[in-house]
Amino acid sequence: MLELIVISTLNGVLYGMLLFLMASGLTVIFSMLGVLNFAHASFYMLGAFFGFQISRWFGFWPALLIAPLLAGAIGAAVERFGLRRVHKNGHVAELLFTFGLAFAIEEIVGIIWGKVPVDYRQPDILDFPAFTIFSTNYPAYKMFMLAVSVVIFIALLLALKRTRIGLIVQAALTHPHMVGHLGHNVERIFMLVFGVGTALAAVAGVIAGPSLVTQSNMAALLGPILFVVVVVGGLGSLPGAFIASLLIGLLQTFAVSINGSLASLFGPLGPDLAATWLNDIWNVTIAQIAPIMPYLLLVLILIFRPMGLLGTRET
Amino acid sequence: MRKTLLAAVAIALPMLGSVAAAQETVKIGYIDPLSGGGASVGEGGLKTFQYLADELNAKGGILGKKVEIVPLDNKTNPQESLIQAQKAIDAGVRYVTQGNGSSVAGALSDFITKYNERNPGKEVLYFNYAAVDPILTNDKCSFAHFRWDANSDIKMEALTNYMKDTPAIKKVYLINQDYSFGQSVRSTARAMLAKKRPDIQIVGDELHPLLKITDFAPYIAKIQASGADSVVTGNWGQDIALLLKAAADAGLKVNWYTYYAGGAGGPTAIKQAGLDHKVFQITEGFANVDHKASQDYEKAFRAKVGLSLWYPRAVNEMRMFAAAAEKAKSLDPIKVGKALEGMKFEVLDGGEGFMRADDHQFFQPIYISSFGEIKPGQFDEENTGWGWTQVAKVDTPQTIVPTTCKMDRP
Repeated sequence: MLELIVISTLNGVLYGMLLFLMASGLTVIFSMLGVLNFAHASFYMLGAFFGFQISRWFGFWPALLIAPLLAGAIGAAVERFGLRRVHKNGHVAELLFTFGLAFAIEEIVGIIWGKVPVDYRQPDILDFPAFTIFSTNYPAYKMFMLAVSVVIFIALLLALKRTRIGLIVQAALTHPHMVGHLGHNVERIFMLVFGVGTALAAVAGVIAGPSLVTQSNMAALLGPILFVVVVVGGLGSLPGAFIASLLIGLLQTFAVSINGSLASLFGPLGPDLAATWLNDIWNVTIAQIAPIMPYLLLVLILIFRPMGLLGTRET
Repeated sequence: MRKTLLAAVAIALPMLGSVAAAQETVKIGYIDPLSGGGASVGEGGLKTFQYLADELNAKGGILGKKVEIVPLDNKTNPQESLIQAQKAIDAGVRYVTQGNGSSVAGALSDFITKYNERNPGKEVLYFNYAAVDPILTNDKCSFAHFRWDANSDIKMEALTNYMKDTPAIKKVYLINQDYSFGQSVRSTARAMLAKKRPDIQIVGDELHPLLKITDFAPYIAKIQASGADSVVTGNWGQDIALLLKAAADAGLKVNWYTYYAGGAGGPTAIKQAGLDHKVFQITEGFANVDHKASQDYEKAFRAKVGLSLWYPRAVNEMRMFAAAAEKAKSLDPIKVGKALEGMKFEVLDGGEGFMRADDHQFFQPIYISSFGEIKPGQFDEENTGWGWTQVAKVDTPQTIVPTTCKMDRP
């Protein structure tokens, strides 16, 4: 049992940190533009595919550096030449723009790399068990993923809270006009934030690609969860996104390891439902509904705390 | 005047084209996932069928007509499959083949049965090469549906017979995909193990979403904690490859009793985990079956396609289709269907099989094999240096199970 708890905690924290890498950019962009960037998960996918391609040519370590820069540059270009123009036509246009972009990126990736998973391997140097708890090995590559995301989280926090640029970004989020009047180029700040946000998603893609599956539908699989993280954490709140990411990571991982169902909870006291349609609901285990838990959380949060855990606005 | 003439030509040209094409080719609609989680198996299947079509065409086609495979991507989704089936039928396809996902197969069989009722004279046949939910040849059987893979009950019967004689098995963990097929594997495994080895304890019984999980680590941790010594799973596609990969990463040492561990990615993960002859699968054939003709075939297939032959049943399907058309001297689906009923056939991996007329289930010898080190000169998989070795063979008569099918015949 203890073994299961330790391993599940590690897996949950790791999944949560990966979610955070993506959600951090999304939540900042969200509060900046006021709309959800549906294409955000697509940059995670671009990161994974760039990482795959570059690691084929130059090896994994250059890929870890180049792929996010490349994806970030594309992200910045999307903001500069796409979103900024669309912005004039209002939120709905922006929303539709990012929606269309997500589909376009998925199709383009499918055309270039095919729709079948690509063979993106972890570097050999990290292909060994990091440690063994009880009888379970924990792969070194997963520890590496965890380390990278923790380092980035700390760097991000320091950059936002302790540097001048961070201060200006924070100010621009809430009072863009005032920041503009003070002589700062607000548009360039937005482009920078968009670029950095998409680059962070790409980092998640590069490191998650070999461990999960790199294929052209990976963005669609992960996209919805990201919105849950952002809404649960509170729009525009980095600490909120961090807590929500870990919460959802742990929730999903632990839900998988729980066998309980209504039937086992009430045991022999339960009514005889064997022949009725209720039988299915009665016997479904928590593990089976693990994948829908985050969405359940989303619904509950929207009902009882619409501003999210650490959010400040009502929208 | 000129306008009407142009319009007439514009309408007539494509019609002429399609009539001419319909006369020259036999189109087989291949409806399977070519994108998403099932794509790795869907692509392999497509290459196999294209190879088989080329092979038939090299011998002059079927009744002198060229065989053409029309690939249609269903994304492992029943609704999408029906759209693709309609598209195929509109393009002149009278034969469709599909294999991945019994949820898809059920919808497709229903759709084609209804289509045939409403469109007499334009019937379509559905050749199922891999969807093994028993219901398709029992309560929901149809004249339009023919199945070449052994159904799940047949496979589980053989697998549990083998497990029965393995005293080391004490604690079994079941993990399956959460849809009709996975649920059928789970309940049959429970029922058969309880009957044959009441001393075996079922320590876990898991259903997970179909082709949606990208990291099985949480499930593996649970299997590890349960103390299981054996896992039984009907997982296919990326769900078996990623499950084995996560087991390899965690160093989980159990015996695996599977339907599809040999699918793309599976062998690589087994080698990585070092599970030498601890992973078993049950199939109608494999590369190292002791049968010269099929080994020669495997060699030629690998040389041309660059993959292992994962679907010997597809070879049987296409060859029997050709034989049935020759026998009926017609490509009319109803006549071909009637010719297929009861047909006896020497299968690729040796031995005689037959298509039971009562329910359109094909019966054939099946094999249990294990993956690990091989003798020099044998076939390996995915360049691992390891391959499949036979541990048991079940002859055709022992695979026959009763059916509840009451078929409406045209």
